[in-house]
Amino acid sequence: MEHTSLLERILRGIALALVVIFFMFPIVWILMMSFQTNETILRIPPQLVFEPTLANYTALITGKLMTAAGTLDIAFMRNLWNSVFLSVTSVAVALLLGVPAAYAFARHKFRGSEDIAFTLLSFRFAPALLVLLPLTLYFQKLGLANTYIGLIWVYQLICLPLILWIVRGYFEDIPADIEYAYRIAGHSWFATFRKIALPLAGPGIAAAGLLAFIFAWNNFVFALVLASADKQPVTVGALAFITSSGIQYGQISAAIVLSITPTLALALYAQRYLVEGLSLGAVKG
Amino acid sequence: MSPSAITVSGVDKFYGPIDRGVHAVKNLTMEIAKGEIVALLGSSGCGKTSTLRMIAGFEEVSRGSISVAGRKVHMLPPVKRNVAMAFEGYSLYPPLTVRENMAFALKAARLAKSAVDAKVANIAKLLEIEDILERYPSSISGGQQQRASLGRALIREADLHLLDEPMGQLEPQLRAVLRGRIKHFIKERGLTAILVTHDQTEANALADRIAVMEGGVLQQFDTPDRLKERPANLFTGTFVGEPPMNVFEAYVGTAAGKISLKLPDGLSLDYDKDAFSGPVRDELLNRQRVVIGVRPYAVRRSKDGVPATVSANQWLGDQTHIAADFAGGSLVLVEHDRTRLELGAPIKISIDPKNLHVFDQASGNAISHGTELA
Repeated sequence: MEHTSLLERILRGIALALVVIFFMFPIVWILMMSFQTNETILRIPPQLVFEPTLANYTALITGKLMTAAGTLDIAFMRNLWNSVFLSVTSVAVALLLGVPAAYAFARHKFRGSEDIAFTLLSFRFAPALLVLLPLTLYFQKLGLANTYIGLIWVYQLICLPLILWIVRGYFEDIPADIEYAYRIAGHSWFATFRKIALPLAGPGIAAAGLLAFIFAWNNFVFALVLASADKQPVTVGALAFITSSGIQYGQISAAIVLSITPTLALALYAQRYLVEGLSLGAVKG
Repeated sequence: MSPSAITVSGVDKFYGPIDRGVHAVKNLTMEIAKGEIVALLGSSGCGKTSTLRMIAGFEEVSRGSISVAGRKVHMLPPVKRNVAMAFEGYSLYPPLTVRENMAFALKAARLAKSAVDAKVANIAKLLEIEDILERYPSSISGGQQQRASLGRALIREADLHLLDEPMGQLEPQLRAVLRGRIKHFIKERGLTAILVTHDQTEANALADRIAVMEGGVLQQFDTPDRLKERPANLFTGTFVGEPPMNVFEAYVGTAAGKISLKLPDGLSLDYDKDAFSGPVRDELLNRQRVVIGVRPYAVRRSKDGVPATVSANQWLGDQTHIAADFAGGSLVLVEHDRTRLELGAPIKISIDPKNLHVFDQASGNAISHGTELA
């Protein structure tokens, strides 16, 4: 790799730039749109130079959407809070349930263990809409429809299998003898799980948690069917911008910027764990 | 005999369902006294590691019982057994330094920091790992990891120390030095140790007694000397000893007042009847077919012996290994001087009846060693 010629480096630079432009363009464009009014956005031809306005953001934060037909109340900040609450709680519950289960599946082969693990995975590839119809009826009977508890429960369909299967692999990568060495030195099974298995699988658990968070955050259809306005996350809440007097592109863009910020921040922060998680194999005893 | 440190009685190990799964250890019974060092010796898959792991508590005992220091432990979790173990795969804790790994083993003992430091320093000196105490397991060599792992086991004061292939990764010079030191360390503290190994030099050097295992069955449990001099069966006879014992099938006959062991190719070894004790003579004559064994060190060249042809001759620097075609097979003899023999040179060999091991042809069990019954 040291012997690259100048030409090679220039070509590589161009190739990298193309890739970055290709992937970053939509995000940059949305960021630009979020500082424009609907009129300037819809100008033809589109222009790169415009007078930035914070009106979109103020509208979102105050909850007053100005349209040609008048002022509309929107609950975007409420939606954002719902997203944060639902995703964080769902991932927390999934970690609480999934990590010990993953450990059990990794360390103990019992009758039917593979079948149970696979059944849990199969939740991931059942079409959501197929599950939703009966679920809605059940939830209405049980009084779980339009409750946070009901939503968090359904979100386990997204988070739990993901965490279970990713974390299980990390536990399986830890040599069992490391745990045995700890247990024979006078520690209980639970202490071993807490002090040896959990820290060693830590990067993997962080990576799985992050992935589950992103999936939960991006979920649309479960919340659309099972939640009414005051429990809806941003993904569903964004529908409010399609108003009778047209689509509010500026506010949608601002809403997108605000709603990807938490996941983006989390991903950037957790990047080192992801890298550590992927290189765990290189450091095992 | 001092009180027993560990008693294994009638232990079976099945992987899979009992009586139908893989039968890894078969009806194992052994008793080890306090302060004894015992080696479990055998080839891969003979059940020695399964035995060790059952004692440690990592494998369930399918049948039978194990007691450590008078307590029945085979139903207890590892934490309650008070045994220490060095693992074949080292199994050091990756996020801790070598020093922390060793000190960690003492955590349950709740010692003062100065006491822990002193113990770590002592063990580190013994195992020559003082210079890597602050390093992490991933940054040191396999041999160093193995010594750290051994140190982590030896530093504890347990009723029993289990060492699984404790020196497999070490270079030969260091291994020889450490064997002596570790034996001294264990003896000085009166510790009881069981080590698993497939290296008989190691077993001989470290152990007071060696348990030879094969196919899940304990073949013989005896001192190194007795294993060599009085092997209980053909397996122990050929497995223990380097180079291995020479064995030949023979027919027992009498000719002109002599006992004659007839070998293939029309050869025979003839002995005076008086060379054997009465019971041995009766046993031999009662059987038609036997297997005779003789250690390479006990084969002599002589003027009036049985003919053989040299097929290889190797001077190892301190002894000569001579291989010869003999009685339809091959025979190895060891001489302490440098012997110059051309390939194909005819030699004559003789075997003193004192050095003759006779085994039953069908069961492989020993009949006699030298002039005495087994």
